[in-house]
Amino acid sequence: MAETTLSRVNGTPEAVSGERRTTQAFKESLIAGGLAFLLSFPLLTHRTVQQAEGLVLEPRWLWGVIAAVVVFAGRLLLHFLVWDRQVVRAPVAPRLWQGLAAKPAPLSVWVGPLLLGLALIFPFLPFVDRRIMDLAILVLTYVMLGWGLNIVVGLAGLLDLGYVAFYAVGAYSFALLAQYFDLGFWVCLPLAGILAAFWGILLGFPVLRLRGDYLAIVTLAFGEIIRVVLLNWYSFTNGPDGISGIPKPSFFGLEFKRFGDNTFAGFFGIEYSTLHRFIYLYYIILALALLTNYVTIRLRRLPIGRAWEALREDEVACRSLGINITNTKLTAFAIGAMFGGFAGSFFATRQGFISPESFTFLESAIILAIVVLGGMGSQIGVAVAAFVMIGGGELLFREFAQYRMLVFGLAMVAIMVWRPRGLVGTRKATIAVGERKAIGGDLVGEGHG
Amino acid sequence: MSSAEAVSGRDHILTVEHLTMRFGGLVAINDLSFEAERGKITALIGPNGAGKTTVFNCITGFYKPSEGMITLRHEDGTTFLLERLADYETAARARVSRTFQNIRLFAGMTVLENLLVAQHRTLMRASYYTVGGILGFGNYAAAEQEAVDFALHWLERVGLAERADDAAGDLPYGDQRRVEIARAMCTRPVLLCLDEPAAGLNPRESAELNELLMSIRESERLSILLIEHDMGVVMGISDHIVVLDYGEKISDGTPEEVRNDPAVIAAYLGVEDEEVEAVEQEIAQ
Repeated sequence: MAETTLSRVNGTPEAVSGERRTTQAFKESLIAGGLAFLLSFPLLTHRTVQQAEGLVLEPRWLWGVIAAVVVFAGRLLLHFLVWDRQVVRAPVAPRLWQGLAAKPAPLSVWVGPLLLGLALIFPFLPFVDRRIMDLAILVLTYVMLGWGLNIVVGLAGLLDLGYVAFYAVGAYSFALLAQYFDLGFWVCLPLAGILAAFWGILLGFPVLRLRGDYLAIVTLAFGEIIRVVLLNWYSFTNGPDGISGIPKPSFFGLEFKRFGDNTFAGFFGIEYSTLHRFIYLYYIILALALLTNYVTIRLRRLPIGRAWEALREDEVACRSLGINITNTKLTAFAIGAMFGGFAGSFFATRQGFISPESFTFLESAIILAIVVLGGMGSQIGVAVAAFVMIGGGELLFREFAQYRMLVFGLAMVAIMVWRPRGLVGTRKATIAVGERKAIGGDLVGEGHG
Repeated sequence: MSSAEAVSGRDHILTVEHLTMRFGGLVAINDLSFEAERGKITALIGPNGAGKTTVFNCITGFYKPSEGMITLRHEDGTTFLLERLADYETAARARVSRTFQNIRLFAGMTVLENLLVAQHRTLMRASYYTVGGILGFGNYAAAEQEAVDFALHWLERVGLAERADDAAGDLPYGDQRRVEIARAMCTRPVLLCLDEPAAGLNPRESAELNELLMSIRESERLSILLIEHDMGVVMGISDHIVVLDYGEKISDGTPEEVRNDPAVIAAYLGVEDEEVEAVEQEIAQ
């Protein structure tokens, strides 16, 4: 392949690659420039101006000319710098890619531990202030949500558009338990998880007969139902006013307060800082996220995890092998929901205030986007995608908030064109007798139900 | 039933009685009865659209028959009424396993993983339904090693041991067929239903398939129910053949008997397309 292309380039007379190609390039660039000028006609070269007699058109011919020149020059440069060389380079590039794709092992071997180490020492890095700490907590919350949803969507292949419902169940479970029974965070955390899992099963029973698009629509509706109930059951949930004064987590009974008997700073004899509480929250969510990750990795190597993946690949074959489809799907739903519930109850304690507004469909969409962008079923891909989407968005677009969604959309289109199976498009085998190989994304199913 | 057994003196693993399957107005199977002997290979043949795969789907629980009874008898005397079992129970409890006409492997999983999924129920029990597996108690590791060994044993039997770590979807067509058989065997079935296992295989591969099926039948004392168009396979290995046409049984017997049955010859083996209807009318009269 490489040789034939090279010989074609070298074998043809120089005249072809020289003079004729140059004139050809000029011609094309002229056409492109002309087109740009024509297109800029309604967009750039005229502007409406409000004057006393009404709207008038103000010509700005220079703008059109500039546009045409820029396109002309750009096209010419592309010709000489990119397309001309590509003829020779083309065969090399795919080989390079193949080389990279064939050896993902060393990369994934060190990226995971490196990120983990970074996450562990993160609060003590010199540049970390309260704002960055807050952002890190937010990113980790989404990492955890992404990992939770990954069980349902990435492994079991069940498209769930209402994941935020379980997040809401977790958050409200904690808030209401704290409000009515005066329970603390550590007691409520497992309860919130159990309640969310319970709701996952409750939702699962009627909808798991549905497949694909139908399942997606029903889960979407379920997410909305939960939100609307929270909004309208005023006497119980306080409706749109939300619940405030949700207790903060304590550190083995020590509280993060400036004054009082049992304060964290007082007990350890250090100076009080508001940052302490944020660092503590950071480590809580890090631990919760790592728990999610550990359980998922563990589950993948257990028969239930393999059954989920098999279900994603081919449901009919699963049935023929004696796998109870309903139970398998329900466990995926319940375990995914449980982690959503954990994350929700953490969200409630971090915010101190929750209202149904935090649990809109957009949240579900963002979490799903994280899973899809990261590469369905890939733990590290999901973590990176959460960091890029939440952290990147927050860091880069704080000042340009109105462009945020635009860039979101563009990034998503770019990823789907460039890497249709997400950032990590390969699947790693869960067991092997010899070398554990990565399986190309084109073979791995996406799930239909 | 017992009277029939007494008369024939044979041990039937599967008895299909008056099986009828209707889809709306279409009668796919009409009042079909046949038996499959334990430890033998029974073939189900017939022209395209005769209802063979529908029979399979009824036996393996994918369809609920409109009428009729399908009885499966284990060697220890336990009987199962297959038409009453949910689809996964057919494989799990009655231990009827099947392959598919269009191969249904888990393409994105390795061959070994495919074979482990087939041992799902054993492994689930070993991991205490996941709880033990997650928390690390119980003897899951040993159970998994056993399952891997069993899977490798079957991969060796079908001659694909060295492909264990490759994605199932990456294998050539003929190998995928054999993996599907190995996967079905990993469920430890008493009755194996093969839906056109030789479809798409070249002559050498289908000869190998013949050998494989014969050797499995011998070593596992397995009963096989087979749908096949490849007459080389059917006549070569079947102990008993049931011929279907338009959802009805037109012949039933040893390969020799079926080969010489005029109704079969008319419907299936040697009559030009145009003559089929005329001959069938004659037979009906």
